[in-house]
Amino acid sequence: MPGSLADALALLKSEPGVWKPFAGGTDLMVLLEAGRLAHRNYVNIWGLDELRGIDVSSTHVTLGALTTYTDVQAHSILQDEFPMLCQAASETGGLAIQNRGTLGGNIVNASPAADSPPALLVYDAEIELISTGGSRWIPYNGFHTGYKTMLIAPDELLARIRLPRNTRGASHYYRKVGTRKAQAISKVCFAGLARIDQGHIEDVRIAVGSVAPVIVRCVETENTLRGHACDAETTQAACASLSREISPIDDIRSTAGYRLQVAQNLLTDFLSTLET
Amino acid sequence: MKYMVFLPSITGKLKTSTGFFMQIHFTVNGEERSVEVFPMARLLDVLREQLHLTGTKEGCGEGECGACTVVIDGRIVNSCLVPAAQANGAEITTIEGVAVNGELHAVQQAFIDHGGAQCGICTPGMILAAVDLLKRIPQPNESEIRNGLAGNLCRCTGYMKIFESVVRAYQK
Repeated sequence: MPGSLADALALLKSEPGVWKPFAGGTDLMVLLEAGRLAHRNYVNIWGLDELRGIDVSSTHVTLGALTTYTDVQAHSILQDEFPMLCQAASETGGLAIQNRGTLGGNIVNASPAADSPPALLVYDAEIELISTGGSRWIPYNGFHTGYKTMLIAPDELLARIRLPRNTRGASHYYRKVGTRKAQAISKVCFAGLARIDQGHIEDVRIAVGSVAPVIVRCVETENTLRGHACDAETTQAACASLSREISPIDDIRSTAGYRLQVAQNLLTDFLSTLET
Repeated sequence: MKYMVFLPSITGKLKTSTGFFMQIHFTVNGEERSVEVFPMARLLDVLREQLHLTGTKEGCGEGECGACTVVIDGRIVNSCLVPAAQANGAEITTIEGVAVNGELHAVQQAFIDHGGAQCGICTPGMILAAVDLLKRIPQPNESEIRNGLAGNLCRCTGYMKIFESVVRAYQK
């Protein structure tokens, strides 16, 4: 239990890979209890106030990694400008989980079925990784390199998440499809943002979860849509692009075929909500 | 005995100021308590087995069912997912702390009067979640009640009696 952020970073540096940061515990305690955690040593970062708080500047909203889902939902600027993040937070587990689960934890736990990353990807989030050597900001898109692998060094800690305030006037569409409305882990999770200009899609960003080893920012699909009207032909072409960008599998929660169909249905539904 | 499961995962070079075990101090139902614990022991087990507060139940043990709900520093949590080390310094309320001076909370009385409890395993968590809901939203509508209790599973009542009990509690 480090007394400060500096102590925690020094500990991570002193024995790289030995210590696993432990925040709200909503994912790690389940694995620990099941005997499925490789680590033996945990550094408790839950009490580090340096990793809390939501700061708003004229250009960005910056969230501490320990921001809980409850904190996210309660923030008025996030509600106004980043509603999909608030919706994702409200659909992650029940209230008891939302009071304890953190945005940073949702990122570094690296589940392809996590609820907040599709929204974060669509909002062009950047993340700050810190160590005793300093701090670096990187785009969140590309951070996850494969199933549960990511671009973070053993002595680094995810400290903050930054969202550019460029969503005004955009349409936001977030939908999580699971077995049950509350508590269920998603079968498919879709986040989309778009701006329409003179009947054409000017800006569009799409990310889909639970359909690949990582949550996918669907750049090819976005390119297919940009500059076009939302007609049947465009929708069909976009669905074809989407099916090439995702690689769903059969698992305990769903099947590859169902996920592919639902992902395309959600894309079609998203496009149908845009007024062109 | 449950926390013995953790032994393999926390042996080795665990560096805490007091070594393998640690002393935690917290307030439980208004009373200051001090307990020697494994840092990664579940708060649920500490409450039940060391403090003998067995009103808090274990259902799934993985944060799905809400049977182990307690209140930490004013917010409901799943005590099966909270390591004891993180409860140090906290103010905790369990189901044993909901009635005051032997007088049941309106939610507890409503659960009795309107059939909100059957087998009883989900009931402590359900009541704590309902009390938390009414604290935040004094007169919740049906959707707010469903959302407030979404993290608590019941396999007896079919929920309708529980929702009715919550409504009756705030109508009192």
